[in-house]
Amino acid sequence: MSQTQAAVPPAVMAAERVLEVEDLHLSFRVRGSDRQAIHGVSFSIGRNESFGLVGESGCGKSTIALCAVRYLPRNARITEGSVRVAGRDLVTMSMPELRRMRSSAVSMVYQNAGAALNPSIRIGEQVAEVFRVGGASGSEATDRARGMLEKVRISDPGRVMHRFPHQLSGGMQQRVIIAMALAPNPQLLILDEPTTALDATVEAEVLDLIAALRREYGTTLLFISHNLGVVTRMCERVGVLYAGQLVEEGDTGTVFDDPRHPYTVGLLRCVPKWGSRKDAGLLDSIPGLPPPVGATTDHCVYADRCALAIDKCRQEYPPLFDVGPGHTSRCFRHEVARDLPRASAASLPGTGQVVASNGHALIELGNVSKTFRQEGQQIQGLVDVSLRIAPGEALGLVGESGSGKSTLAKVLLGLLEPDSGAQLEYQGKNLPVKVGGRGQEQIRAIQIVFQNPGASLNRRHSIRRIVGRAVTKLLGLIGRQREQRLIELARSVRLDRSVLDSRPEQLSGGLKQRVAIARAFAGDPRVVVCDEPTSALDVSVQAAILNLLVDLQRSKGVSYLFISHDLGVVRYLADRIAVLYLGRLLEVGDAETVFGGPHHPYTEALLSAAPILHGEPKTRIRLEGEVPSAANPPSGCVFHTRCPRFLGDICVNQEPPLAESEPGHLIRCHIPIDELRRLQRVGQPPAAQESPEGPAAAKA
Amino acid sequence: MSAVAVPIEAPDEGVQQRKTARRERYRQLLRSPTFIVGAFLVAIWVICAIGYTHLAPSDPFATEPLRRLRAPSSQHLFGTDRLGRDVLSRVITGARVILVVAPLATLIGTVAGTALGLVTGYFGGIVDDSLMRLVDAFLALPLVILGLLFLVALGPSTIAVILVIGIVFTPIIARTVRAAVLAERGQEYMQAAKLRQERAPYIMFVELLPNVLPSILVEFTVRLGYAIFAIVTLTFLGFGIQPPSPDWGLSIFDHYAFISGGFWWPVLFPALAIATLVVGVNLASDAISQAFER
Repeated sequence: MSQTQAAVPPAVMAAERVLEVEDLHLSFRVRGSDRQAIHGVSFSIGRNESFGLVGESGCGKSTIALCAVRYLPRNARITEGSVRVAGRDLVTMSMPELRRMRSSAVSMVYQNAGAALNPSIRIGEQVAEVFRVGGASGSEATDRARGMLEKVRISDPGRVMHRFPHQLSGGMQQRVIIAMALAPNPQLLILDEPTTALDATVEAEVLDLIAALRREYGTTLLFISHNLGVVTRMCERVGVLYAGQLVEEGDTGTVFDDPRHPYTVGLLRCVPKWGSRKDAGLLDSIPGLPPPVGATTDHCVYADRCALAIDKCRQEYPPLFDVGPGHTSRCFRHEVARDLPRASAASLPGTGQVVASNGHALIELGNVSKTFRQEGQQIQGLVDVSLRIAPGEALGLVGESGSGKSTLAKVLLGLLEPDSGAQLEYQGKNLPVKVGGRGQEQIRAIQIVFQNPGASLNRRHSIRRIVGRAVTKLLGLIGRQREQRLIELARSVRLDRSVLDSRPEQLSGGLKQRVAIARAFAGDPRVVVCDEPTSALDVSVQAAILNLLVDLQRSKGVSYLFISHDLGVVRYLADRIAVLYLGRLLEVGDAETVFGGPHHPYTEALLSAAPILHGEPKTRIRLEGEVPSAANPPSGCVFHTRCPRFLGDICVNQEPPLAESEPGHLIRCHIPIDELRRLQRVGQPPAAQESPEGPAAAKA
Repeated sequence: MSAVAVPIEAPDEGVQQRKTARRERYRQLLRSPTFIVGAFLVAIWVICAIGYTHLAPSDPFATEPLRRLRAPSSQHLFGTDRLGRDVLSRVITGARVILVVAPLATLIGTVAGTALGLVTGYFGGIVDDSLMRLVDAFLALPLVILGLLFLVALGPSTIAVILVIGIVFTPIIARTVRAAVLAERGQEYMQAAKLRQERAPYIMFVELLPNVLPSILVEFTVRLGYAIFAIVTLTFLGFGIQPPSPDWGLSIFDHYAFISGGFWWPVLFPALAIATLVVGVNLASDAISQAFER
C-alpha cells in the first residue's frame, strides 16, 4: 500500500536499527526436558519504523516480545542468537545494565491494562513513579505525569490522577499505560495486543492515539496482534509467525496483497472480506492444527497442513527466499502460494436460504425492558426493545459492551426475567419469561452457543455425557437411539466419533466449540443464540465455525440470534441487523441495508471504527468519550453526547422514535433518512484516503 | 488433502493428545518432598494401626503391678506405665484408635458439610443467608468448648466423640464448599443445564459436585489434622475416649501428674506419636492442596 510507505522511506529503514533479533532460539524447560518454542527467528526494526508480528495463539509472538526486554519466565532460556536494542546485546547484558535499559530505552504495553496497573495506588502516583525512577524530584515528577496524561488525550488529568485504576474504563486504563510506557521517551515501544480487550470504537481511538504519539515522539514500534486488520492499519512492515518461525516478512501492503507463504494465504482467506456475505460463498479455512510447542522438524514446519506441499517440503527445511524487494518467504513453493487450493468447499450445495419474511414470526419480543437494581440505583439494561426473528433467519445483534446484547439474549432464553410488560412469543404463542415455566417444546426450540467453550462444557464430564445428557433431556432418547442421535450430531458438526469419549480438556478450542454447537442442536432447535461464538478462537478456527453455522442454518432451517463485536463477522453471517446502544434499539434492518447505509450515526461510527483488512476506504468518524452510565442515561436521544451528527436542542430534549424510514429499515434518529443519506455520502471526506496513521482530527 | 472435494470441513481437527491435567497433578504430588515426608510419617502409623497385633512386643492391656513406672530399658523400650503396661505396645496399639476415630469423624463432617455447602451455595438468597448466619454463630464459639458441651449432653464415649467432631466440622466444611460452589455457579455450563430444565439435585450433585471435589478433598485432609488434635484434647480433658483404651490422649491424661516425679516416658512417647501423626497429615495435606488448588 503506497500510503503506508509514505511515512517512512525505505532508505531510512536501512540506516539505523533499533531492534535486531538474530537467529533467536529459545526453549522452555518443562519437567526436565527442553521444549523449543522459537526456532531461529531473525528480523530487525529500523528507527521510526513500525513492525507488526502476527500469528495465531501459541506461535511465539509474546515470547519474542518478552525477549526484547529480556523479561522471560524462569524456565525459559535463549539457547542461540542475539537480541540487540540500539546495538547492545540484551542476552549477555548484566542485571544492572538491563534494568537501566528497561527504564529508559524499551517500554512495553500489555493486553490487559487493568492487570498492568497497581489497583491500590492512585493513577497520578503510578505515572509519576516512572519519572522519579528517572531521577525527577517529587513535585517535578507529578507535573510531568500530568503533562504525560495530557499527551495521551486524557481530558481532565488533575482529576484522573487522584483516581484508582478501577475507577477508569478499559480505554482510559490503556491510555494511562501508554502514558507510562512513553514517559521515559523510549527508543522502542512494544505493544502486545494493546487493544484486544477493548471495544472497537475505543480500539480505534487508542490506535489513533498510538499513531499520533508515534509521529510526535518518533518512537519505534513492535506491534503484536492476532488481528490482521489492526496490523494493516498500524504497521509498515509485518512478520508472520508460525510455530516459532518467521515464515514471511515484508511490507504490510505487499504481504497482505501478494502473500507468498501458504500460511499467510490461508490466514487471509479465513477472515471474511469486508462486505462479503455467506450467500457469496463459504470462508476458506486451514485444515489441521499447529504443532505443539516443543515439536521439532527437519522439514517445512507447515508441510503437514499445506495443500501445496510436495515431497521436497517434507524432506528439506526451506530457506528464506527473496520474493520481492524486502519481501521474504520461507517456502519452496512461494511462486504458486497464491494458487493454494481451498481447504473447504467454495459454496454449499443446494438451495439458497429460505427466509419467510412474511407470515408468522418465529420469535416475537415485545416491549422488553430490564432494570437491574444495584446499591439503590436503577440501571436500565434494556429499554423497550421490540424485535422479531423470522424462521430460518440470522439476526445479528451489535453494539459496544454494556449495550445490552447479552441481556437481551438471556431474556429470550429465560435466564433473566424482564420487567413486567414484556411480551415474549414463540410461534405466535406466549413464551413464559422464566425458563422453568416453559414447555418441553419451547425448551427444545431455544438453545444457546456460549462465547467460551471452556466454561460452557462441564470439564468433569465426557463429551458423550455432555451431549448425551442434552439428547436424553430434550428428546427423551436412551440407549441405542441416544447413541445413534449422538453419532448423527457429531457428524453434523463434523466431529470424529472418537471425540465423544474424550473430555473437554483434551480438545482444542475449536473442537470444544463444535461440541457446544452439537449440544445446542441436540433437540433440533428452531432458534439458537450465538453469544460471541468465535471471539475466543483463532482466525483459522473461526472460519471453520462460521462455515458450520452457515451450513446448519441452511440444512436445518434454524434461526440465529447472533451476537458479535466483530462487524465483519456479523455482516458475513447475519440476514438482519439490530443495533443496540445503552439498552435501546437504534437501528434495525436487513444486513445490507444497515451496513450499506444510510444508517444511524451510531452504526456509522461503529463501522468506521472496525479495523478492516481489505476493502473500501472509510469515513473516519471517531466517537469521543465513554459510553454514558446506564444508571444515569443522557436525556433525549441517548446517543446525543457522542453523536458525530449532533443536531442541537432537539436531540437533547426529545427522544426520537424508532421510525420506519424505508420498508423494513427502522432508525431512531431525528435526522430524516434522506438527509442522512446526503450527509453520509458527502461525509466521506478526502480525509478517508489519508494515511492509516491519520490524525483523529478527521472527524466529520 | 484433496481439498476441494472435501464437504465443508475435514471431518476432524484431531484430538490433541495432551497429557491430561489431572495426571499431571498426581505426578507433581508424588514428586513433592513435602508430600513424601508427610505420607511416610502417616504410613508408619497406618502400618501400626493395621498390624498392631504383630508389631506390639507385648499385650498393651496386660498389667504388671510389680513393674510399674519402669524407665525405658532393653526389655521395655519405652518403659512401663503406672499399671505396669508396656508403653511401646500401647503407643503402637493407640494408633488404631486415633486412625479410626479421626477419619470417621472428619468423614461425617465432610459429607454433611458438603451437602450443606452445595445447598446454600446453589440456592443462594434467603436459604444461604439464614443458614450462613447460623454457621457464623456456631463458629464464634471455640471448638473445644463446643465439643465439651455436646459431650456433656451425650455422655462421653468413642461414638459420641466421632459424632461431636463431625458436627463441629460440618459448618466449617460447608463454608469451603459454598465458596467453591459460588465460583462455579457463574460458569456457563450451569446456564446450559438450566436451559435443559435440569432439576436442582441433578445440577448440584452431577454438574457441580465433581467440579468442587478437589476443594473438598483438600478440606478433608486439612480437617483430619485438626480432628486428631481435637480428639486428643477432648480425651485429655476426660470427656473423650474412656479407659482402658490405649489412646494416646488418654495415656497422657493418665500420666501427666507423674511428670513432676521424673516419670516422663509414659507422657513423652504418646505425645511424640501425636506430634508425628499431626505433622505428617499436615505436610501431606499442604502438598495436596498445592497440587489441586491452582
